[in-house]
Amino acid sequence: MPDYSIIIQNISKSYGQVKALTDVSFQVEHSEIFGLIGPDGAGKTTLFRILTSLLIPDSGVATVEGFDVVKSYKQIRQITGYMPGRFSLYYDLTVEENLNFFATIFGTTIEENYHLIRDIYVQIEPFKKRRAGNLSGGMKQKLALSCALIHKPKVLVLDEPTTGVDAVSRKEFWEMLAKLKEQDITIIVSTPYMDEASLCDHVALIQKGKIMTIDTPAKIIEAYPDPLYKVSGPNMFNLLNQLRNFPKAKSAHRFGDSIHVAMKGDFGQAEIEDFTKEKGHEEIQVKPVNATIEDSFMALMNTNNDK
Amino acid sequence: MTNKPIIKVENLVKKFGNFVANDHLNFEVYEGEIFGFLGANGAGKTTAIRILCGLSTPTSGNLNVAGFDIYKQTELIKRNIGYMSQKFSLYENLTLKENIRFYAGIYGLSSKEINKRMDNLLETLKIGDLRDKLIGSLPLGWKQKLAFSVAIFHRPRIVFLDEPTGGVDPITRRQFWDLIYQAANDGITIFVTTHYMDEAEYCDRVSIMVDGRIEALDTPAGLKKTYKVSNMDEVFLKLARAS
Repeated sequence: MPDYSIIIQNISKSYGQVKALTDVSFQVEHSEIFGLIGPDGAGKTTLFRILTSLLIPDSGVATVEGFDVVKSYKQIRQITGYMPGRFSLYYDLTVEENLNFFATIFGTTIEENYHLIRDIYVQIEPFKKRRAGNLSGGMKQKLALSCALIHKPKVLVLDEPTTGVDAVSRKEFWEMLAKLKEQDITIIVSTPYMDEASLCDHVALIQKGKIMTIDTPAKIIEAYPDPLYKVSGPNMFNLLNQLRNFPKAKSAHRFGDSIHVAMKGDFGQAEIEDFTKEKGHEEIQVKPVNATIEDSFMALMNTNNDK
Repeated sequence: MTNKPIIKVENLVKKFGNFVANDHLNFEVYEGEIFGFLGANGAGKTTAIRILCGLSTPTSGNLNVAGFDIYKQTELIKRNIGYMSQKFSLYENLTLKENIRFYAGIYGLSSKEINKRMDNLLETLKIGDLRDKLIGSLPLGWKQKLAFSVAIFHRPRIVFLDEPTGGVDPITRRQFWDLIYQAANDGITIFVTTHYMDEAEYCDRVSIMVDGRIEALDTPAGLKKTYKVSNMDEVFLKLARAS
């Protein structure tokens, strides 16, 4: 068995003038959940299409379970399960027919690998005679995942499976992934939701075709460079605008019901309290706070833009 | 924000065959308010929004949007609202200027007025140099911000935003909310849906739909207090998962 499930070395890809990926390199361990986190247009889909042999890179090498994604494309298609960002099953076929179709193409049967999809499929099995086009969003997602799994892939490639999905279904989907991981399947998943990073073993933060950082979520948070404080008060809109122009602060971003303020150098809580008092705010609460992946992402975006 | 209702919904029911998509909805939205309209997939949000925009007729109920009746005055409603869908809706192969002229023209603005407002907009956003660029060539973050600016270009009284920030990077997402606050400050009522629960905190009030009904409606602080949790994510999970 190779050391890593997926190895990506110096992959670049352009569409005409547009550089979709620039010199991307990283490895994914066996049976881990690896998250590729970044906004639309970051290059996530391009990279996944290369990994599944659907697109050829301009330069660089990538292997999945030891197979080169260009030369050994036939093997790649056998060992990967791919769930594209857009629902790509047959609307006119029923739930059961779709699943059967994918099983047959890969020379297997639903029965043979039923254990892999059982937890997911039982939830849609009552609707197995329904056409895929008439399923709700959450059910479509479960069917797509079942179809990607039915040939018992070694590697599962999931392109934004939770985009446009509500908070409850998102949570359920990640619970399913955690269970799949126990079946010795490597999972590489992309998402624009920063809060999903903490559910991955390793994450790569990607922006404009470049990897900004790769590590465990905990280490990325640990590497956050500045002292960070959580500030809240009655007039959030004014408070935010003033803190953005606070010379002793590096950045001020809204986070739910509070503002995260990153301070320069040795400045800290006392300076924030003085500043808000000076601006006429009362009942302001200031306390130190741990960074989140979203804080890290924004700090890295700014660093990269400055370059 | 005022205490004057600009949207009034009484006993809104919408059925598709035997399926009840909206089950006796009752709520009001105030002028200048940022109103978050949340719910799980399939809870009935899109159905309600289509009705409020005059695109679909309710099965029963009394509804008034921007002072107009939802049954008899849908054309007047459409003229007084703006709408931005989750799918990018500007024309990629038209320039920024052409897109603005097109949309503003549909709403019947004069050329003179369009040019005046366009100069204003480009100056405010500091993007005068993008005027003659094809929309398709602009960065994604800009596209969303421009789609919003175009949606309120005719100065509607209400703007409906359907998941406006899906897939957008975290900095652009926050800049987008700056635009929303600015518009609300200028008196435009904001009716917004989102799957980002931190954004629910940015709303003045939030309603949460579950299975066709409004299960909760309050300020974010009020909801957190009622359900004894620390953030909106937990409020949402408690309500939507209970079903």
